[in-house]
Formats: sequence, C-alpha cells, structure tokens
Amino acid sequence: MSIRVRATTPTDDQAREALRGKPVAEHRPSENVAKPEGELAFSVSDLSLWYSGKQALTKVGLDIARKQVTALIGPSGCGKSTLIRCLNRMNDLIPGVTIEGNVSYRNADIYGSDVDPVEVRRRIGMVFQKPNPFPKSIYDNVAFGAKVNGFRGNLDDLVESSLKRAALWDEVKDDLKKSGLALSGGQQQRLCIARALANNPDVILMDEPCSALDPIATLKIEDLMRELTTDYTIVVVTHNMQQAARVSDYTAFMLTDEEITGQLIEYAPTETMFTQPADQRTEDYISGRFG
Amino acid sequence: MAVVGATPETVRLRAEGSVARRQAWSRASRWILLGATLLGLVVLVILGIDNAIVGIPSLDWDFLSNYPSRFAERAGIRSSILGSVWVLVFTVIFAIPVAVGAAVWMEEFAPQNAILTTVRLNIANLAGVPSIIYGILGLAVFVRLMELGPSILAGALTLALMILPMTVITSVEAINQVAPSIREGSLALGATRWQTVWNHVLPGAMPGIMTGTILAIARAAGETAALIMIGAFTFIAFDPAISFAGLLDSFTTLPIQVYNWTIRPQPEFRANAAAGIIVLMVAVIGLNALALVVRDRLRRN
Repeated sequence: MSIRVRATTPTDDQAREALRGKPVAEHRPSENVAKPEGELAFSVSDLSLWYSGKQALTKVGLDIARKQVTALIGPSGCGKSTLIRCLNRMNDLIPGVTIEGNVSYRNADIYGSDVDPVEVRRRIGMVFQKPNPFPKSIYDNVAFGAKVNGFRGNLDDLVESSLKRAALWDEVKDDLKKSGLALSGGQQQRLCIARALANNPDVILMDEPCSALDPIATLKIEDLMRELTTDYTIVVVTHNMQQAARVSDYTAFMLTDEEITGQLIEYAPTETMFTQPADQRTEDYISGRFG
Repeated sequence: MAVVGATPETVRLRAEGSVARRQAWSRASRWILLGATLLGLVVLVILGIDNAIVGIPSLDWDFLSNYPSRFAERAGIRSSILGSVWVLVFTVIFAIPVAVGAAVWMEEFAPQNAILTTVRLNIANLAGVPSIIYGILGLAVFVRLMELGPSILAGALTLALMILPMTVITSVEAINQVAPSIREGSLALGATRWQTVWNHVLPGAMPGIMTGTILAIARAAGETAALIMIGAFTFIAFDPAISFAGLLDSFTTLPIQVYNWTIRPQPEFRANAAAGIIVLMVAVIGLNALALVVRDRLRRN
C-alpha cells in the first residue's frame, strides 16, 4: 500500500479517504506472453497462490514446450520457485497453501480431484537448490526412486545408465557403496539428477540447481541440461541471467512490484527475450539495472 | 597528511574500569559454576562410597543367585533380577511401538493445528506426572478392572504408560532432527508419505529414538512407587515362567527388593539393600553407557 506524497502533510482522515477512494489493483495478465511452438508439456493459466493468505503468485499463465529448456528468471521473491513447485505439487506439502487457477500437464489437470500427487511426482522429477542426497550409498540413492515405484528390472543396469546420463559414472563407478554425502557439491547435485533420471520421468524441474555450486560444477550441470533435452522437458529456475541465456530455449521473467506479487511480466524465446525485450521492466532487469 | 615514520601514540590495552569489572565477574562465574557441578558430583560420590562400604561384603554369587529369605545371610536377589528383566522386556514391547507410532503420526501425518498443539502440551505435562499416579491408574485399570492381578503383565503395562510420554517426546525431537530436504527429495521422487517415513525419517531418527528408549528403560528399571502401588510388594521364591501364563505370575523387582530390605530393622538386611543398590546402579549406568555407544555408532553410519 502506498500513499502518494502530497505537498501538505495529510491528516489521518485525509489518508483514510485517499485509501478508500483507491481502486483495488486490477491485475491484467501480461500481453507479452509468447506461445511456444510444437508440443506442450505444461499449460498454466490464471494461476494464483497464497501461503497462509499471503499472495505469492498472481494470475500466472504460460505454456511450456516439451523437450525444451524453459528458464524462469526474476529477482528474489518474484515467485519463480513457487511457480516451479506448482508443476509437481510440491507446494501441497506446505501447510496453509491455497491455489487457484489451472495447471495442466499433457492435457491432464494436475490439480484435478482424481489426481494423486505421488503419480504426478513420479513423472515430474525435481532437483533442488541445495543438493540433498540421502545419507545412503550412491547406489541406494539412485535406486531409491525405482524401488519405491515398484521397478522390476535390473537395478544395477538402471543405476549405471542413470549415472552415465548424469555424467557422473566415470567419477563414482569404483565406489558405488560410498555414501552420497562423501561427494563434492557438484557431484552431489549430479547424483540428485541421476536419482531423478532413474525414475524415467518426463519432466525434470530444477530449482536453482547451481546456486550452491562453483563455476566449473555449474558448467557441467549446464552441459548436462542441454544434453538431456533430447529426451526430457526441463524447467529451470535461476537467478543467473547468463545461465538462462546459455541453457534455455524459452525464458519467463517474473516480478513482484508494490501492488502485485508474483506476476509474469514477459515470456518469449530466450533469444528474443535477451535481444529485444518487449517490456521496459524486462530490459531493466536483464541489463542489470535492478534485482 | 600523516608524517611518514611518525611514532603513533601508545595505546593502553590493559583492562581498566568497566572492562576490568566485567572480566572480574566473568572469572568469578567460572569458579561458581564449577562449584555447582562439583556439589552434585561430590554428593553422589560420597553416597556411592558409603553405600559400597556397607554393601560390597554381601555382594557375592550367592547373593545374586539366591531367592529372598528371612535370614539375611541366605537372602538373594535372583527373583528380583529376573522379575526386573521380565517386566522391562514387556514394558519396552508395549511402550516403544506405541510411542514411535504416535511421534511419527504427530510429526508426519497430523494436521498441524491447535488441537495438535494442545495434545503436544499435554504429553509434555504427562511426562511430569509423579509415578505413583501411574501406579494408582495401573491398580484401578490393569489390576482390578482388567483383572490381571499384581502380575508381570500389569506391572509392564503400568511402566509402559509411565515411560510413554517421555519416549514420545524424545522420538518427536529425533524425528524433527531429520532434515526437511531429505523428505522433499524422497517425495519428489514419487515416494509416498509412508515410504518416506520408513526409508528416510525413521532411519535418520533412529539414534535419537534409541537414546530416548534406553534412558526411559533406565527410569523404569529404577521405578518403585508405581509397582508397590499395584501390589508387586511380595515375597517371590520362584522364577517367572517363560510362557504366556507366566505373564500373570506375581513378581518383584530390584528396587522393590531394596526397599523391602531397607525398612527392616536388622543391619544385615541393610547390608543386603546396599548390595542390591550396587547391582541396580551398575545396571542403570550400564544402560546409560549403552545409550551413548548406540547413539554414536548409529550416527557414524
């Protein structure tokens, strides 16, 4: 709530009057939202979310392309992590969350009444900001998802192929019995990616996967993301604009301003976004003027 | 501009005024706190030595393996050791699954609302209820209402109720120590709540749960009032039968036997009591040491 500064100091009555007369901020969804080409993985429309009554997303609508990398960028508190956690119902786990709007994944409503979040999360994997390997062996870390999902096949082969896909096999093949926690940060994060891949998901959501890593480990993860798009849809939240520019096909820019929290400002193919942003606020952000 | 090479003014860094006063107080507090620690320790050591002087002469194999007797030199603690072991085994069997189950439900499944907060608060209150109250409850419910009599089963159920709140609290704390990111990682892979609890939360909480359990057993092992209340204050000259029917046998435990001897006028029986105390102390300290070892072993893995 902001009261415009006047020439004379307003009395309390005047301030109250000003507030009463102020129209409720009407949020019009941004017009600068491109529609990706080809098959869609997700279609989000009018998505709003509240944490215990505090709004975190306001009428977000965008489509996410299949087998592409989509980056969500924006300053802290803009709702990008909240948005990505809506895509596999991780927000359900937080008490006091209210969600409005629609998220569909390949034509199925993710928040439909007959949808089981466990089934959703099995198909839509997630990698977190801080690497969170289980305090178990490397092997057990990778095999866990398959085991709980009733995988009937050769676990050894699955572990090997998943670690290979995550570009970690050569570094750990001789000590799969070693604790996942004994690896370096970058290796731990690749282990978490391998763990997600072993579930044979369709989509991998990555919530700032490199923010706890050094530049070399970051590059490895970025290369991996590019390779994985041949088979997987990737949605990545990042606070690093160079990273978005390097790895993504599409970029969404989100922002929280004085009136509206968690709104989508602009969504476009990454190249367009970084060369000819349509919105002044996008241009200010990517040119480093704030955030 | 400062002149190059000029000697700076000498600063005095000795404690003066306020700093000196605060430092004096800090140095004094160290000795006062050491005194507080020693006070507890010294009293305990004096009691232990005094008790050992009286008790050690009576402590031999006959003392451990004889049944109680009206002759002090022939009296032993065989039936009270067996009774203690038997009661404690069933106390653990009854209490631990219920306590861990309740803790898991409260932390992982229950809606976090005002009712749950009230429940939590009341469990904490129950942990502070004097044990004799549990004895009265055991007498009314297990001994009389369920007609179990002053049996091993009634004793174990009473002690299980008594250690339940404490065990729930330590289990809740242990479960709380498991990082939320581990739960998220598991759920994000499509594991159900139960699979997450079974594969990650319980293994992670196990050191804490074990420590709490062993400490609770130590408390139950030393319990006297609640068991006297349910009528376990009897002369037992037989071993408890290893059978389900044996659960309905009457029993005695070490602390009860010790209490029994201390109220007799003859000094020989008091020597027996002192010897019984040594056995009980060694057992309880052993359990506490075991708790430490188990916790460290599990933490390292």
